[in-house]
Amino acid sequence: MRALCWHGKQDIRCDTVPDPKIEDPRDAIVRVTSCAICGSDLHLYDGFIPGMKSGDIIGHEFMGEVVEVGSGNRKLKVGDRVVVPFTICCGECEQCRRGYYSVCERSNRNRSLADKAFGHSPAGLFGYTHLTGGYPGGQAEYVRVPYADVAPVKVPDGMTDEQVLFLGDILPTGWQAAVQCDIQPTDTVAIWGAGPVGQFAIRSAILLGAKQVIAIDRVPERLDMARAGGAITINFAKESVLERLKDLTDGKGPEKCIDAVGMEAHATSTLDAMYDRAKQAVMAETDRPHVLREMMYVCRPAGTLSVPGVYAGLDDKIPMGAFMNKGLTMRTGQTHVNRWTDDLLRRIQEGQIDPSFVITHTVGLEDGPAMYKTFRDKQDGCVKVVLKP
Amino acid sequence: MAYAKHGSADSMARGLGWFSIALGLAELAMPRTLTRSLGMQGRERLMSAYGLREVATGIGILSARDPTPWVWGRVAGDALDLGTLATALDGGNPRRDNVGFAFAAVLGVTALDVICATALGMGQRRRGPVRDYSDRRGMPRPPAQMRGAARDLDVPEDMRTPAPLRPYTSAA
Ligand SMILES: NC(=O)c1ccc[n+]([C@@H]2O[C@H](COP(=O)([O-])OP(=O)(O)OC[C@H]3O[C@@H](n4cnc5c(N)ncnc54)[C@H](O)[C@@H]3O)[C@@H](O)[C@H]2O)c1
Ligand SMILES: [Zn+2]
Ligand SMILES: [Zn+2]
Repeated sequence: MRALCWHGKQDIRCDTVPDPKIEDPRDAIVRVTSCAICGSDLHLYDGFIPGMKSGDIIGHEFMGEVVEVGSGNRKLKVGDRVVVPFTICCGECEQCRRGYYSVCERSNRNRSLADKAFGHSPAGLFGYTHLTGGYPGGQAEYVRVPYADVAPVKVPDGMTDEQVLFLGDILPTGWQAAVQCDIQPTDTVAIWGAGPVGQFAIRSAILLGAKQVIAIDRVPERLDMARAGGAITINFAKESVLERLKDLTDGKGPEKCIDAVGMEAHATSTLDAMYDRAKQAVMAETDRPHVLREMMYVCRPAGTLSVPGVYAGLDDKIPMGAFMNKGLTMRTGQTHVNRWTDDLLRRIQEGQIDPSFVITHTVGLEDGPAMYKTFRDKQDGCVKVVLKP
Repeated sequence: MAYAKHGSADSMARGLGWFSIALGLAELAMPRTLTRSLGMQGRERLMSAYGLREVATGIGILSARDPTPWVWGRVAGDALDLGTLATALDGGNPRRDNVGFAFAAVLGVTALDVICATALGMGQRRRGPVRDYSDRRGMPRPPAQMRGAARDLDVPEDMRTPAPLRPYTSAA
């Protein structure tokens, strides 16, 4: 079959590789009908996440048709249409039973590696480094889905791929980012990053009833899309984020802050950004936590920071003094996708939200490598790329 | 490293990056020779510090996805160099000619730096026609009417603000 494989920094190729096979009775094989490129894939593309090997199949946002089911899988049958959440979970361990699917204690088959890096291992992930299991990803014609009797979401008849594809990652991610802010009707929610995750966080914050939603980015098309969803926008390349946020909140600061940017934050000529660049270049720091710093500084005391943005390792110059003395709360993590999928599927069916609005590019798998670059560089108005294997 | 984004300005930046590193290493390796040739004996430490600055800027230019701020950093460094050289241009310095020559050279490089930084900035601003996404609402009605439509959600207990903190986290 054909699949997008990682071969090194900024080197992704559409290769021909062996078809996946059932390895465990609970597995299923899915023929991918649609998959997408995520901001998290860009961290792999740019070489910021350790633990990739040349030839790894990437991609963790995918859906398709079940073509083979293991003998022990009683949930799925051949022909089912499913969206597959990017976090692999066993459904039985203590964390899964508590609803913390993204830290499933069993699905990472390389746990000892992750234990060393993080103290404890998170769940296995599709197409996302050997630290999280080294499971072949979904930017491919076929995928083996481990524990396929747990996470996959069956798609009701009559719904298009475009309506449901994002249930596997970015819709629940934007949603959880807003939900864990525990939004009150009086809250201002400031959202850094108007990429796909930020776009869903904006709509979620509106639907959850925030008084005011503010989106921060510098890409004009993304800011446009943010305004369409009900956000006031700040272009961080042209305006002072801190001053605008103060003005918009009568000097109090936003009660809730969401980091939908993560470790590859850009900053225009601020001192801390240059510092991060230099340290990253000599590998003394892995992440560029500009957004975390800004949020801690600007958030209203006793407020909440919600961090869906991905970080990989060590972060420097974090203003813990502000964080502690202002009594802030931070909630973060890979998304517990299955915690939200039933509810969100219902909201899509009822028409409360139509996730397909973020899709700006739809291409074949063979054009995937080129689209990584287009998406990364935000060229051609690119916000979300869907691939059709 | 992504240089292809804005073509020639990027390769120019890369050239300046390597130049920075080479100059910086020279300043670090032979501060005495250099200060002597400029009649600036006694300022070896300053020369080494400038060397470090050049090397850091060079690494920044070469490693950053967007080298623009680093190239502007070079411009600032040039100003510093010119200021320092100017103090050695007085009539009492027997190596005045050398200083004048160095001054002219730095001026030339400064011009290159400014051209490069400006070109990089322009490359960033033009990325083809801006697409119009003002109709991509993703919700059936305008946001003002959709506000609160999902308040039926029962926020899970573990994601709520602890009760004692709640009065402080709302704007009321
Ligand atoms: N927690 C999870 O489970 C989960 C799931 C999916 C994605 N993510 C992460 O969420 C983040 C966003 O994903 P995406 O797909 O939207 O990516 P993206 O790269 O398309 O979007 C990031 C946006 O942030 C903007 N940005 C950069 N620096 C900024 C700054 N200083 N201030 C404000 N905005 C800035 C960029 O212009 C870009 O539009 C990534 O880190 C991704 O890895 C996390
Ligand atoms: Zn993702
Ligand atoms: Zn589990």
